[in-house]
Amino acid sequence: MNMMKTMAAGAAVTIGVATAAHADCGIASGNVSVLANDFPALHAVVSKAEECASSTVTFSKNHTTEHRDIQVAAMTANPSEYTTAIVANSSVVPLLNGGLIRPLDDLVAKHGQNLKKNQLITIDGKIMAIAFMANAQHLVVRKDILDEVGLDIPETYEDVLAAAEAIEAAGVMEHPFAMLTMADWNLGEEFVNMYLGHGGEFFKPGTAEPAVNNEKGVAALNMLKALVEFSNPDFLTYNTGVVAPIWESGNLAMAQMWGSSMGQLLDSEGSTEEVVSGTLPVGAMTVAGGTTPASSLWWDGFTIAANISDEDAEATFLAMLNGISNEMVMEGDNNDRAVWLMDAYKPGIAATGISATAAAGAEPYPMLPYMGLLHGAFFAELPDFLQGNESAEQTLADIEAAYITAAQEKGFLQ
Amino acid sequence: MKHKTFFWFILPSLAAMLLFIAMPLVSVTIQSLFVEHDQVLVEVENCTPFKCESSVAVDQEATAALREERPLGQFNGLGTYTNRSHLAFPEVREAWNASGSLHDFGARLMNLPFYKALAFTITYTAVVTPFVIVLGLAIALGVNALPQLVKGPTIFCSLLPMIVTPLIGSLILFWMVDADGILGAALQRIFDDDQLSLKASHSLTWIMLIVYGIWHSAPFSFIVFYAGLQTVPQETLEAAQIDGATRWQRVRYVVVPYMTPLVVFITLMQLMDNFRVFEPIVGFSASAKATSLSWIIFNDLRGGDIQLFGSAAATSLLTILGVVVLLMPVLIRTWQEFGRKVV
Amino acid sequence: MASVAQRRSPGLIFFSTAFIVFWLMIATGPFIWTVWGSFKVQGDFFSKTDWRYALYGVRTITETGDAFTGNGYFGAWIQQEFWRNAFNTVIVVTFTVIISLTMGTLGGYALARSGFRYAFWLLMAALVFRAMPHITLVSGYLLPFFEWNLWGHLPTTIIVLVAINQPFTLWMLHSFFLNIPKDMDESALVDGCTRLQAFRHVIIPVMWPGVITTGLFSFLLAYNDFAVTSVLLSQENQTMVPKIASFLGTVRQQGQVMFAVAAVVSAMVPLFFLVLFFQRQIVSGLTTGAVKG
Repeated sequence: MNMMKTMAAGAAVTIGVATAAHADCGIASGNVSVLANDFPALHAVVSKAEECASSTVTFSKNHTTEHRDIQVAAMTANPSEYTTAIVANSSVVPLLNGGLIRPLDDLVAKHGQNLKKNQLITIDGKIMAIAFMANAQHLVVRKDILDEVGLDIPETYEDVLAAAEAIEAAGVMEHPFAMLTMADWNLGEEFVNMYLGHGGEFFKPGTAEPAVNNEKGVAALNMLKALVEFSNPDFLTYNTGVVAPIWESGNLAMAQMWGSSMGQLLDSEGSTEEVVSGTLPVGAMTVAGGTTPASSLWWDGFTIAANISDEDAEATFLAMLNGISNEMVMEGDNNDRAVWLMDAYKPGIAATGISATAAAGAEPYPMLPYMGLLHGAFFAELPDFLQGNESAEQTLADIEAAYITAAQEKGFLQ
Repeated sequence: MKHKTFFWFILPSLAAMLLFIAMPLVSVTIQSLFVEHDQVLVEVENCTPFKCESSVAVDQEATAALREERPLGQFNGLGTYTNRSHLAFPEVREAWNASGSLHDFGARLMNLPFYKALAFTITYTAVVTPFVIVLGLAIALGVNALPQLVKGPTIFCSLLPMIVTPLIGSLILFWMVDADGILGAALQRIFDDDQLSLKASHSLTWIMLIVYGIWHSAPFSFIVFYAGLQTVPQETLEAAQIDGATRWQRVRYVVVPYMTPLVVFITLMQLMDNFRVFEPIVGFSASAKATSLSWIIFNDLRGGDIQLFGSAAATSLLTILGVVVLLMPVLIRTWQEFGRKVV
Repeated sequence: MASVAQRRSPGLIFFSTAFIVFWLMIATGPFIWTVWGSFKVQGDFFSKTDWRYALYGVRTITETGDAFTGNGYFGAWIQQEFWRNAFNTVIVVTFTVIISLTMGTLGGYALARSGFRYAFWLLMAALVFRAMPHITLVSGYLLPFFEWNLWGHLPTTIIVLVAINQPFTLWMLHSFFLNIPKDMDESALVDGCTRLQAFRHVIIPVMWPGVITTGLFSFLLAYNDFAVTSVLLSQENQTMVPKIASFLGTVRQQGQVMFAVAAVVSAMVPLFFLVLFFQRQIVSGLTTGAVKG
């Protein structure tokens, strides 16, 4: 995002609020109070929702990077501190587990004529959240480098390995590949993606018992290890904030990154013309002869708190509908801030990777009540294996043991 | 001082600590003895923007009923303390039986998260604390010998490592020590090894964290020592000099004994702070090579989407226990001194 | 000390000065680097191409047309309204320090003057309290604070910071009062003063150096705190450090790191004056207070 654009957008939003402070959202009265993460796309949504504020509608918001840590306590209180929390597939789980958000079927039937079927997050037949943006990890390549070594754009991770080897052998780059392998939540996500690509199931069906200690788990681990061989030895410290600058400096030929980072890679800030023009987002890879991409799909959406009055719930729902309206997408440069699910969205080149990944049939990140615990076990145990201290089987056994300990504490397993 | 006067003087302070530390401490202790009630799971149909699939969810009504019945969850005794995430008694026993040698046993022990963290925590505490004390004293002696004019700015500059927000301080250092950063590149030059990376090697990561710890804490001990130096009586020093003591002997036999109470104070605070080392691990993204007890607590509470309160509570109490054991010698000393002061 | 210093050998003076210069380079190097880098773009200061970019500002020239840019400062202070957070920090820090010291001096004085066993055990309890990891404490506060509608307000955070600070404040001030001769206030008592009067007329006038030193440490704790302020404050009451953290971005979203760097550098300016101003007191404070274990 370049500086001038950000400023212009900021000014546009401010002016928008000033002139259209009393947008007609059809709300009689009520309180709206929003808890959301702190990044530009969500600022755009919440600012648009704020236009519904009037003499009878109070509006407050809290954008914070710590939203996950306070949401459960904030919405357990009665009345809830927030009438809506903006969540993603993983952060909605604690709210669902605690019964802190309400079904939205009535509100959708009454006001949600313009929502698309695919925006309705349904759990057990009840609509629990309204999604408005999508994200996924996928491959981004330097077309010019691949051309230089005479290779096509890879479609499988096996191709990626071959290409990386060719690039190294040709002496073009020392460490041509990177993925988001920082030894925290990021690394867990990479394993989730790779395991999904191998067609693996995380749990025994219908139970909370882990089921990752199998051939697919071993294969996924070995593929990750083969990939990081072509990555810089610092790979366990790599998150988006580290990989993006390396990409922009022209020291990478292929990387697995979030679709939401593509805008940064494709603008000229921090990069050279050569790198930008060669940068091409492609879909997620498949692996081991599978057909499902080795990636998981993510959505961001809003929920409505359970512990609030029906009046406030309706007011909040209407305000948030205004926030995710087509007008919001068309305002300023909001269109390019995310891959929106609304009709008015015009996908640019930065969105091609996410669209390709979704079209190829990637799985959504599981919304299981205990998935977060397994994810935690992945990144706690994987570094040992990736650093070559442990066998794949031992690592998978450790993952299951760590998960079982946590799941017992949370009452998912006895 | 009379009981009643004492009570009124200490009341505000005591009330704040009881309310905001002691009460949470009690609740944390209780929490660590319980695990959550069984979650009633049901199979459900989930739809997302991408597809519908059958999945599992928590049965709200059934679980709410259980929660109503036993709000604290199920009593687990010390079960949480002995499970794999903490002291891991069954796993340790198994490792002991399966291992052929002490070395092998150690390797198996390091596969358990708590012991892995404990190993780094203790190493860090044991190395950083003495270095901070020695370095602080050396800087204080050096600054004390400077001309009056430059003392002021020197003291400010010496305090900088302590007063820059660690959040950003470690981020900037993290980039400086990168293989492509100014310090990382300099080290590669010095050691003539263009593959050298502080972030990739296990032992270099430990050294980096320890050096950061010393750098960050040295100003604290420096300022305390510097102040203490002002109290060393001139006459004693001069008398020692007349007796023919070298400068080194004067430092060793006059200055250092005067500093002893300060050393105790700094040791107390440093042991406690170093045992809770946390910020550099996050700042340097070093959790793959080095974890600490405080990092485990952080990871349980903030690492993922589901918070493990019971587990964090147990680790917190084990940390406090560790601190108390570490401070025991100092505490005994304080007890003896206190006995002498009785009115 | 000066007389002794004058008689040192030139070799020793050289060695000692060289050591201090070396230490100053280590202590200030990263900070100077940061101040310099805060006037560059991210592509230079956090360059993966070549660290020398940060010196010459190669990308800064390409992107802004000049080797130095104030974009980080402009972005943080004007666009992101960092001054609001700075203002909140001033409120939080001021009240935390004042309340901490008021409570701490009273408590520390009582502990220093009481010879009963419970005073010792109170000191020990304070140590155990200090060992409690802050993050665990904060997680425990959340639910009650939301239930009682205390969450998000500045006073709540101030009280929490004061409480978390108390053990250290008590210990430090207790050691300090131990060094003020007991005869001073006891003779006042003999003259018919109450404890409080003795404290007011005899102790308060001589305690400032120690109080200011303790205040500096309380100040730093409140000023640099992230664990408490990031979770207990609502957006409009957010202080500087959590705001700086939010500039750094989250797992799936990029941040604007240069805003954070500029914010940190500007946040250091008041600290510079503060430390310079209180430097003398810090030193003289510890001189009279000579902290004992």
